[in-house]
Amino acid sequence: MPDGAAQMPIAVTVNGRVYAAPVEPRQTLADFLRDECGLTGTHLGCEHGVCGACTVLLDGAAVRSCLVFAVQTDGAEVTTIEGIAGPDGELSAVQSAFRDCHGLQCGFCTPGFVMSVTAFLHDRADPTDDEIRVALSGTLCRCTGYQGIVAAVHQAAGAPHGEESR
Amino acid sequence: MKSAPFEYHAPTTTADAVALLAGLGEGAKVLAGGQSLVPMLALRLAVFDHLVDVGRIAELRGIERRADTLWVGAGTTQSVVGASAEVGAAVPLLARATAFIGHFQIRNRGTLGGSIAHADPAGEYPAVALALDASMEVVSAGARRSIPARDFFEGFWTTTMQADEILAGVTFPVWSGRCGFAIEEFARRHGDFAIAGAAVGVELGADDRIGRCGIGLIGLGSTPERAAAAEAAITGRPIAEIDPDEVGRLAMNGLESVPSDLNGSATYRTRVGAAMVARAWERAAAEALDA
Repeated sequence: MPDGAAQMPIAVTVNGRVYAAPVEPRQTLADFLRDECGLTGTHLGCEHGVCGACTVLLDGAAVRSCLVFAVQTDGAEVTTIEGIAGPDGELSAVQSAFRDCHGLQCGFCTPGFVMSVTAFLHDRADPTDDEIRVALSGTLCRCTGYQGIVAAVHQAAGAPHGEESR
Repeated sequence: MKSAPFEYHAPTTTADAVALLAGLGEGAKVLAGGQSLVPMLALRLAVFDHLVDVGRIAELRGIERRADTLWVGAGTTQSVVGASAEVGAAVPLLARATAFIGHFQIRNRGTLGGSIAHADPAGEYPAVALALDASMEVVSAGARRSIPARDFFEGFWTTTMQADEILAGVTFPVWSGRCGFAIEEFARRHGDFAIAGAAVGVELGADDRIGRCGIGLIGLGSTPERAAAAEAAITGRPIAEIDPDEVGRLAMNGLESVPSDLNGSATYRTRVGAAMVARAWERAAAEALDA
């Protein structure tokens, strides 16, 4: 039985900057981002892959960072919520849409939603209401509900604001 | 919600991976996409001294048409399987089943081989592998064997693979001729584990009789199950005479380990299961008649 198993050196590019550190193999990517990189915008809700709050982009694909060990990402590129806005702090289209459409209330789940929606709209430019709801099904919001979030996705996709959502 | 400590190994070839497994023994576990294993580790439902990550092994990934079969590398992600035109054309049931697996964020990491080797009774890919008579290509140090799907799933989260073996790929027969395929699930929320479901393939022979059919059951046993008796009862009969509800009832006969939990009693799941089989049958049959 490994007793606090040996640390392994990794180097991960996060939001364009290389972070190199020795990590314990059991450390998740989420904990690496928060504790080693100081990027606490990635939130941990359930820590077992259910809530989606910790979603980040790993080599461009949306993944739950609590279900990836940091050692698995050695050499990879990660984008977190801190890497979404423009360099001058200008909100991305997805972020603006969440603000405009009341797509958040307490905001705890919002980083996960923004990352997931950013990836979803990258692959699917003009989604239907049903497609949006399926795409959102992997992320849980426990306060504002989903109407505003669906409206935000429509707005970010360029569709008429909230027209198809009820 | 943190895994117990383990040592991490990241081989880049299948040969290295199986050599590691042979050397590490029972305390080692293969880590594929990690979408089932990592939650189990986080919840401490499972503890291993060593994880052998097969995610860096390029030869485990890929989709290849080989004569009348389609080979899918075990390390191919569910997202890649779901988006593949080759899969959609050659093994439509596999493509259609993919959308039911978790959520897109899960499918970006989860692999075909991980899903099948995990052998969850509620898994979609095991049901498809059973329904279509897929075969599993299994490798250990110095040996390679092929296990038909019907001999692969042994019990809850248990397969007939040995601890020193890894699943390298899965070969799906390409059903040609007049075929139809459908998958139906009933779940509390899209992407959740289904309360019950069914994956159906049907191929018509002469005079629109059932030439062959496969019915894989989802969430209706302690291991992935196939409704073999129902298939035998309807094969050879004219498709027009087959009542979908009858297929549903037949498929539920003899199920001995239907789960019972807060989401539904065994009786309820059996009723839902019969309805899912009937719906899937109806859609698959209509597609076959249209082909």
